[in-house]
Amino acid sequence: MSAARIWPTLVRRERPSLYLKVLAPLLALVAATLINLLLYLVMGKDPLAVFHAMILEPFISFSSFSEVLLKTGPLLLIAEGLAIGYRAKVFNIGAEGQFIIGAIFASALPVWYPMATGQWIWPTMLLAGAVGGALWAGITAFWRVRLRANEILVSLMLSLVAVQVLNYLLLGPWKDPNGFNFPQSVMFQYDAMVPLIIPGTRVNASLPIALALALAAYVFMQKSFIGYKLEVGGLAPRAAGYAGFSEGRAIWLSLLIGGFAAGLAGAAEVAGPIGQLQRSISTGYGYAAIIVAYLGGLHPIGIIFSSVVMAAIYIGGDNALVSADLPIAAVRVFQGSLLLAYLMAVTFVRYRLAFPRPMSGAPA
Amino acid sequence: MAAPLLSLRGISKRYGEVRANQAVDIDVAPRSIHAILGENGAGKSTLMKLIYGVETPDSGEMLWQGVPLKLASPAAARRRGIGMVFQHFSLFETLTVIENIRLVVPGQTRALIARIRELGTEFGLEVDPHAHVHELSVGERQRVEIIRCLMTDPKLLILDEPTSVLPPQSVDKLFDTLLRLRDGGVSVLFISHKLEEIRAICDRATILSAGKVTGHVDPREHDAHDLARMMIGRDMPEPPPRTPSEPGETMLELIGLTYTPDDPFGMPLKDVALTLRAGEILGIAGISGNGQAELSELISGEIRLPFENREQVQMMGEPVGHLGPAERRQLGFAFVPEDRLGRGAVQGMSLARNSLLTAHPLGLVRHGLIAMAQATEFTRRCIADHDVRTSGAEAEASGLSGGNLQKFIVGREMMLAPKLFFLAQPTWGVDIGAATAIRQKLVALRNEGVAILVISEEIDELFDICDRIQVLSQGRLSPSLETRETRPEDIGRYMIGAGAAA
Repeated sequence: MSAARIWPTLVRRERPSLYLKVLAPLLALVAATLINLLLYLVMGKDPLAVFHAMILEPFISFSSFSEVLLKTGPLLLIAEGLAIGYRAKVFNIGAEGQFIIGAIFASALPVWYPMATGQWIWPTMLLAGAVGGALWAGITAFWRVRLRANEILVSLMLSLVAVQVLNYLLLGPWKDPNGFNFPQSVMFQYDAMVPLIIPGTRVNASLPIALALALAAYVFMQKSFIGYKLEVGGLAPRAAGYAGFSEGRAIWLSLLIGGFAAGLAGAAEVAGPIGQLQRSISTGYGYAAIIVAYLGGLHPIGIIFSSVVMAAIYIGGDNALVSADLPIAAVRVFQGSLLLAYLMAVTFVRYRLAFPRPMSGAPA
Repeated sequence: MAAPLLSLRGISKRYGEVRANQAVDIDVAPRSIHAILGENGAGKSTLMKLIYGVETPDSGEMLWQGVPLKLASPAAARRRGIGMVFQHFSLFETLTVIENIRLVVPGQTRALIARIRELGTEFGLEVDPHAHVHELSVGERQRVEIIRCLMTDPKLLILDEPTSVLPPQSVDKLFDTLLRLRDGGVSVLFISHKLEEIRAICDRATILSAGKVTGHVDPREHDAHDLARMMIGRDMPEPPPRTPSEPGETMLELIGLTYTPDDPFGMPLKDVALTLRAGEILGIAGISGNGQAELSELISGEIRLPFENREQVQMMGEPVGHLGPAERRQLGFAFVPEDRLGRGAVQGMSLARNSLLTAHPLGLVRHGLIAMAQATEFTRRCIADHDVRTSGAEAEASGLSGGNLQKFIVGREMMLAPKLFFLAQPTWGVDIGAATAIRQKLVALRNEGVAILVISEEIDELFDICDRIQVLSQGRLSPSLETRETRPEDIGRYMIGAGAAA
C-alpha cells in the first residue's frame, strides 16, 4: 500500500461556503501583510516602521487618505467593468491599454483646442476617453468573435501596442513645443480639468462618478436580464446556447463595457491629478484592477471595498518608499502576493481539507 | 452456498443528508452472476464504488474470501482481484486497443497482444488489438473494457448497466461472455434495472430500494412482476393509454438533412428525413453516439444551418434551419435536452433563475429587469403542477436529484405551451416514478394535439408511448415504422445497420 496518504486532500464541498466567501479576501489581506512584513524583516528594514507607513498612515493621515480616495476612483471604475466580463468568463486582461487609449482620446480635445473654454469640455473628454477605451477593447472582441482568437492574449498584447501609440504621440505630433523636449503634452486648460470636490485635496468628481457607476453595475449584474444572460454564459455556456443567448453578443458586450470603464478612468486621470498627457499616466491600474475585481468577489459592492484596499496599498507603498526606505518594487510584490493569497483562500470556498483517517494496515 | 467470495456487513454511506446505503448486507458466491437490482437513485452505483475502492464506507465491514478488506483506491481493488467496467467507457478514442490496454497493464506489447487474442477466443471477446478505438462499435469498446479488466485475472468483475448501451443483438453475445467467465471461475456483479435480463442470466439477485436491501432472491424463481414489486414497492406502472386520433398539420419536417460536424469524433448526418404531425408522438430509437447529439442540436437550433440550407428543417410550415433556439421557441417550439445540469439548467442558480432561461418571454422580464416576483410565482407553479420534490423556488438546480430536476425542466418547457415538443433522452437517470409521470404527461399532451418528438435509447419506453418509431444509426435515419406493427427485434436490426430484411 502506498504511503502517499499522509497529507490532507481537497474535497469538494456540497455547496460553496458563503461565510468563507466573505472571509477569504480578509484572510488573504492578513496573510499577504504578514508575508510581506516578514520579507521586509529579512531585507533588514524595520517592520514596525513599514507597518506604520504602509498600513496605518493611509488611513490616519487626512492628506494620505485623500490620496487613497483619489486612487480609488480609477481602480473602482476599471474593476467594475472588468468584473462584468469576468462573470461572463470573458477575460479582458488589457484594461491597461484601454486606459491609455482612453487618456489619449480625452487629451485630443485640449491638445487640439488649448484655448477652448466652457464647462462642457471635461465631460466631453471623459466621454471621448470612454469611447476610445471601448473601441480599443472592440478590437479584441472582433478577433475573438471572428477568429476565436484568445481574448486574454489579444487584449494583453494590445496593451503593449497602446503604450507605443502613446510614445509616438508624445515624442512626435503631440509633444509640447515649449516643453524642453520632454515627452509630454501641453498642460491642459482649467476647463479641461475635472472639478475638485474636497477642498485642499486632489479628489475630484470622478470618484462620485465611479461610485454611481458601481451602483449601476450592481443593478446591471444582479437585476437586469442582459446581466443574467452574461452570467449564464459564464456559468454554463451550453445552457446559454440552449436558451439561445448569443455568445458573440456576450463577448462584445463584456469587452465594450470593460473598455468603456477603463477608458473613462484613463480620461479622468489625465483630466484630473495629472493635467496633461505623459508617459507615466498609469501606474499599472489596468493590471491592479484585475486583482481588485477578484478580491471584491466579482461583486459590484465588494469591489468598492477592495478598490479602497488596493488604493491604500499604492499610497502606503509610496509612504514606505520615503519613510521606511522600501524599494519601489515592494508595492508590486505586495499586490502579487495578495492575489496569490486570495486565490489560495478562495479555493476553500468550494473545497475543504479532508485529513486521512489512520488506516489499519491491511497486508498488501 | 459455498463460502462467499465477497461479503458486505452493515455497509453504510451517506453524502450530507442523503443516505446512499444503509446497513447493506450482501454475500457474493464464487462462480456466480449476482444481480444488484434497483431503480435509479436506489444506491447501486454508490455500493459499487465502495466495493471498487472509489469511495470508503462510513461504517460496516467488507470481507474478501473471509479476510477483512479495506480499499484505499481502485488500484488497491484491482490488486485484490476486483475489476470494474463502467457504464461510460474510459478509453482514449485516438489510441489503439493495445495502446489503451498498455496504459494500465504492465508487460511487453507482444505478450499483451497474445493475451488479448487468448482472452478473445476463450471468452468470445474478439477484437483487433491494433484497431483504433474510435473505429470500434459500442459493443466492441465494451469488449475492450472487459478485456482490460480480465488482463489482471480478477476474481470479481463489476459491470455497471452493461446492456444499456448495446443493441439487443449484442446483448446475447455479452451474456454468452459472462456465462463463460462464470464457468472460468470469475464472479460477476451485474448492475441493472432491466428485469428480464436479470432473470435470463443471474443466479442471485440483491434488490436495493432507497439505499436498503429489500430482498435476496433467486431471480429464476420469480417473475418480472415480483421483482418489480420488490424494487419499487408496487407493481410496474401501466403504460398510459393513447386515444386513437387523426394526426393534424405537419409541425416538424426534416428534408434531406445533411450535416458534418466540426468535431472529428462527431457523427455526420446523411440525408435525414422525418415528418411529425400534430397529435402524434414520433420516437427516434438508437444508441447515442449515432448522431443523436447532432440531430438534437440541429432541431433545437443550437447548431444553425447556413441560410441556403434553411429548408432542410421546417417547423410549423416555415423553414427554420438558419434560426437560433430563441427564434424557434417563438414559433411554438420547446425542447428538453439530454444533459440536464449545464444545458437544460444552470448548476449554481436557483430554480427561479433557471425558469428565466426559456420562460422569460412569459412576463418574467419587465423593462429589461428581471421580475423576480413573477419568476418565483412561475417556478412555484411549475414545482406544484409537476410534482418537483424540492425545498422551493430558491433551491439550487444542482441540489435536486436527477429525476426531480428533469421534472422541473420538462414542466418549465410544458408551461411554454408548445405546439412542437422535443425531448432527448427524457428519462435517462430518472427513477421509475418520475419517468412514468413524464411519459403520462407526454401522452396527455399528444391527446391534446401537441406534436412530440422523443429521442431515446430505451426501446421499451418508445414502444410504450410512440405512434411511430424511426431508428438513427451511423448518422442515417430509418424509414418510419408503425409501433403497432413493429417488434423490438426489427428496431434492433436497424440499430446495427442491417435494415428491414427478413
